[in-house]
Amino acid sequence: MVSPTTSRPAAEARIWEELARIPDPEIPAISVVDLGVIGSVEVEGRRVRVELLPTFVGCPAIGVMQEQIGERLRAEGLADDVEVAITFDPPWTSDRISPAGRERLRLSGFAPPTPVPAGPALGQLDELAVLPIAVCPYCGSRNTTMDNPFGPTLCRAIYHCAECRQPFEQFKRV
Amino acid sequence: MTTARVELEVPVRDALAGLLLSVADDEFVIGFWDSEWTGIAPMLEEDVATSSIAQDELGHAKALYELLAELTDDDADRIAFGRETDAYRHAALLNHARGDWAFSVARRYLYETADGVRLASLARSAHEPLALLAGKMRREETYHLLHADAWFRRLADGAPEGRDRLRDAVECLWADAQDVFAPLAGEDLLVRDGLLPEPMHELHAAWLARSRPILEPLAGDLADRRPSADGRTRRTDDFAWLHGEFTMVARSEEGATW
Repeated sequence: MVSPTTSRPAAEARIWEELARIPDPEIPAISVVDLGVIGSVEVEGRRVRVELLPTFVGCPAIGVMQEQIGERLRAEGLADDVEVAITFDPPWTSDRISPAGRERLRLSGFAPPTPVPAGPALGQLDELAVLPIAVCPYCGSRNTTMDNPFGPTLCRAIYHCAECRQPFEQFKRV
Repeated sequence: MTTARVELEVPVRDALAGLLLSVADDEFVIGFWDSEWTGIAPMLEEDVATSSIAQDELGHAKALYELLAELTDDDADRIAFGRETDAYRHAALLNHARGDWAFSVARRYLYETADGVRLASLARSAHEPLALLAGKMRREETYHLLHADAWFRRLADGAPEGRDRLRDAVECLWADAQDVFAPLAGEDLLVRDGLLPEPMHELHAAWLARSRPILEPLAGDLADRRPSADGRTRRTDDFAWLHGEFTMVARSEEGATW
């Protein structure tokens, strides 16, 4: 039920606006909205349901995000009851990061992920012949090599730039 | 988790629970074996890589235990940590201690390739929460396959000692590796209803077709072996030791959560 006194789109827009102020717990330069982990927002009167799409299934920041979203929306007086549900429908992919989010990643020293290749090859070994390329976030060179597809968190890979000799991280393409 | 209250006949629900438990236990146990390399892998990059892969696998196990708990009205933590050793249903491949690096590489290669075939099928399961989760897991497992494949080739094409150790490990694990595809109780019902899109023997054949051409140049002709009926119930002292490790917190702090 939509409260008769509340214009639903406006209420939803206000929630999105607030969510855009919540930083990602692991990379605070980017908000959870720019990261693309907010799947949907539903408002029913004083009750809000947010769908959260984990970047990685085992991401340890999921619980922190759920808590922060609930606390923030209640503290701002936008809801009394907040449910933050985890779903894989649709699955989060690195293509969900917004253009603004990509720029914020780059400014904080992370190469944004390259686009995910289309088609059924995903998840197959054959696809691995083509490793993701990263553009150095410091000097813009494409003369980079992947040092380790695994990094300090599940969603980050480690690269080295042969041009400016700077190690850097890429938000993983997934 | 995505809530999908499915109305299933009891025998079908039980079979689905068995399927979920088998995949969850595989991911859970290999995740804990991998975590045994944290801090002592051959190089810093591998400390990071094995720890990250272990964290992925445990995350997959957690999500699968939660699906199972929802289906059977149980508790995911209890399923993960509250069972005796003989109630785990991981494949015999995962009974062995982590061994040396070549042994871990061989097992990871065998497991990741088998898991890849299984996940591709489960991503088409008629049980939608499982299909969605499997689809998401595949995106992450791509990186695990990349890692296993790179290391397998590096050792197989490298110096004699590494090559010999890798070959010995493949020979040691070959029979037990088949058991990732051990038949499941009620499998005919799962296939009938599209919950498991292909029977295990078909997945097994698909895996052999894919892995043999990579394995045989190293290990020579590998014997034709069928997955065994007790492939998910045999347990070893190695696993009993690991079980003691991963249940330690749950045993010392009743009700502890992960």
